[in-house]
This record gives sequence, C-alpha cells and structure tokens, in this order.
Amino acid sequence: MSVFRDQDNLHAYLSGFLWILRLTGVSAVIALVLGVLLAAMRVSPIPVLRGFGAAWVNVFRNTPLTLIIFFCYFALYATLGVTLSDDLDLNNYWLGVVGLSAYTAAFVCETIRSGINTVPAGQAEAARAIGLTFAQTLRIVVLPQAGRAVIAPLGSILIALCKNSTIVGTIGLLESSNQMKQLINDNGNAVIAIFIVFAGTFAAVLIPTGYLFGWLANRLAVKR
Amino acid sequence: MSGVLYDYPGPRARRRNAILTVVFGLAVAGLLWWVYRKFDEKGQLAGILWKPFTESATWTDFILPGLRQTLLAAATGMVLSLAFGLVFSAGRLSEHWWIRVPSGVVVEFFRAVPLLLMIFFIFYGVPFLTHRPMPAFWSVVIGLTLYNGSVLAEAFRAGIRAVPVGQSEAAYAIGLRKNQLMRHILIPQAARSMLPVIVSQLVVLLKDTALGYIVALPELLQQGVNVLSANKGNVVAAAIVVAAIYILINSALTWFAGWLDRWTQRRGLRPARAAGVPRPGPAAVLEPQG
Repeated sequence: MSVFRDQDNLHAYLSGFLWILRLTGVSAVIALVLGVLLAAMRVSPIPVLRGFGAAWVNVFRNTPLTLIIFFCYFALYATLGVTLSDDLDLNNYWLGVVGLSAYTAAFVCETIRSGINTVPAGQAEAARAIGLTFAQTLRIVVLPQAGRAVIAPLGSILIALCKNSTIVGTIGLLESSNQMKQLINDNGNAVIAIFIVFAGTFAAVLIPTGYLFGWLANRLAVKR
Repeated sequence: MSGVLYDYPGPRARRRNAILTVVFGLAVAGLLWWVYRKFDEKGQLAGILWKPFTESATWTDFILPGLRQTLLAAATGMVLSLAFGLVFSAGRLSEHWWIRVPSGVVVEFFRAVPLLLMIFFIFYGVPFLTHRPMPAFWSVVIGLTLYNGSVLAEAFRAGIRAVPVGQSEAAYAIGLRKNQLMRHILIPQAARSMLPVIVSQLVVLLKDTALGYIVALPELLQQGVNVLSANKGNVVAAAIVVAAIYILINSALTWFAGWLDRWTQRRGLRPARAAGVPRPGPAAVLEPQG
C-alpha cells in the first residue's frame, strides 16, 4: 500500500471518490423524484401521460448508459451547445448527472410501479369509496404502502447508480475509475495494491449498504 | 391494480382529463419543437448527416461489424457467466464452510465492484503482471463474466431455495444422496423457473458490452457512433440510430423474457408458491447496471 503514502496519489484516490459521491448523491435525489413522477404518470387516467411514461421507460431502460452519457456530452453539449456550467469539470459533472438521472429514473419508475401492484386492490377501492381523487388516492393511500414494499429493490438501484457513476469517466471526469487507470499506468509495480484499494472501497461501502437496505426493507415492510 | 386507482370518469373528470391532456400534450409538443429548432439551428437535420444511413456501405462497413462484435461479446460473456453462476451458486449452497464462505466472498465482491473498474484493471493492470497485452475483447468479456456470473449465482441460489422444502425431504426419504437430489430434483425445477431471469440478464449483459467502447473494442457504440461519425461528422444522427438498434434488440429480449415467464407458469414448470408470497417481479430487469 506504499503507493498511497505519496500525497499526490492519495489525493487522486480521494478526489476520485469525492466525484463518485457527488454524482451518486445528486443523481439519486433527482432520479427518485423523477421516477415517482413517471410512475404516477404510468398509472394515471390520462393516456398522454401514460404514453409519455412508457416511452421514457422503454427508451432509457434499453439504451446502454455509456451511450446515454456519450450522447449527453457529444450531442447535448458539443453539438447542440447546452452548457450547464462555465467550469469544464463541473460542466461534465452536470452532464453526467443528467444522463445518470434520466437513466436511473426509468428503473425507479418500474420499481415503484411494481410496488403499486403489491398494494391490495381493496386499499384503492376504499380510498375511492370515501371520495378521494386519483391524486389523493395515490399520495395518501397507495404510494406510502408501495414505497415500503420496494425498499430493497430501491436499495439495489442506489447501489447500481453508485457503480454506474464511474461511467461518467467516459466524458473525461476524473472519477475513481479514471484515477485508478492513471495510477496503474504510473505505478506498474503496485497494480494489485491499487486495484484492491479502489475495488475494496466500493465493496466496503456497497456491501453493507445492501445489507442495510435488506434490514430496512424487513423493518418497514407493511404487515398484512 | 392501475385500473382501480380511479373512478370511471364522470362529466367533470372527463373535462379535467381533456384539459390535462391538452396542457401536457402542448408541453411535450413544445419540448419536441424546442429540440427540433435546436437541431435545425445547428444544422443537424441537414440531409447530408442522415443520408449515410441509406447507403449500404455505412451498414456493412461500420454498423453491422460493430453489432457482430457486440453480439459476440454478449454471447461469450453469457455462456461464461452461466458456468460461473452455476459453480458459485453450488458453492454457496455447499454444506462445507470452507467452500461456502469463499464462494460467498467472491460473489459479494464482484457484485459490489463497478464493472468499469474491473475492465480497467484487466485491460491496463493485468498486462503489468503477465507482461503481455490484454485484448480489449477479453477484458470486456472477463469483466462481464465476473459481474454477471455473480448476479446469476445469486439468482440461481434464490431459485434453488425457492423449490419447496418438501421436494428435498421426499428425495431424502426415498434414499437419494445430496448430489442426486441436486441433479435430479432441485436443479431441473429451479432451472425452468430461472429461464426468464437468465434471458433478462442477457439484456443487462448486452447493454454492458457498450463499456467496451471505453477500451476501444470495435463494438456497436465504437463502430456505429465513434468511428462512423469521425468519417461522416454526424455524431448526433449516428447516436440516435445506434440507440434505436439497442432499443430494438433489448425490447425484443425483454418481451421474450416476459413470454418465457408466462410460458413456464402456464405449463406449470414453476414450483408452486406459498400463498401470499408475492412473485419476485417478472422478467423485468430491475437492476440498472450500465
């Protein structure tokens, strides 16, 4: 591990994971909000909304994330001139957030929708019987129960999002996978140590996160 | 479920729905118009950028060889992942802790490490150890195998565990050994119910081959978008066409997985489920790996 005694190398390691953290945090919030909205659209009484939600899911779920991030950079930014920040790094960062959120929202939408399907029909019928509107039924009765049923899959999505955020490296952001590649190329004698530190960091954070979500899912499950 | 979420629309609801339809329709149309204007402004709609896709050379020189490489990497990765998954799921179900624990560690580790990090290590790091270059194809395929194999190992384990315990008890009662129980009773039942999962994992695998673009594997994204647009200068058009190809293939696979799911159920090939236990989502790919 002597490679990481070097200040520059340590800094490369830390700054790489800082980008991952920032990408994951911001994209997770946007994807969750967008995903719930899309799920609401997909079960709404209005065909245009349903169609929009379905189209979003089919397009983004079936396209490789690498292509989406590529598109964000080369099409959105380089060709169409959409600039999200004057700073080059921050601009790449926000383009990455756009791609990751759009992609992950499709999965959140499908997960929430499968959660809605686990709520017994009687719940929605009772809500309608006491005169709640569609929005109220969804917001007060159905979504809270659906959300609690899909905590474990939402956890898997968060974990996958964290791993996927390395793909933003494609457009030049120096996140952890790019930093690792750089370190490997500069320190050919310590390849294994470098890999173990980078991969180990992901494993040390993400494996417990998986168990945490499993535990939460059990704790918060709706008892029927 | 979605049908019971709202009442049959009365006159007011119909009016409200109509208004919302118009408002949202206009918003979407506005967005599309903005995109159209933007494209037009930057000259992205010019015929010259789209014309290459009507020429056969574009397809035979760039897109189809790329597609071939993508499918080859996905197919090789799938076969190896299945083998990896079988070995490690059996390992995790072993009665000997010295097999069970290491298998568990391997599976958990490879599921938690980003695929790109694996591919970078294999492509850039391993040559330092072996003193010979690592082909991009094998770095992608090995990376895909380690990740998807671990995911499949977990899926197989869950599938074998889902076979009702009475099956094992009955097998032991008629004097089968553990190994016979696995081969004759558990794996055949689990395998049929795992078919849809295997097909939908293929979608994940196919999408992940696009990571090969980063290590210059001549797959669909590399050939169809990067190389093609370097020749014709039509990156936006090329990205849209290639995305459409991915979407077509993956939708077909997803549909097939769903069909298999219904088929195995209809044919009663799936072990009966205890009442009240929800089915683990159908074939839909719920884990958004690359």
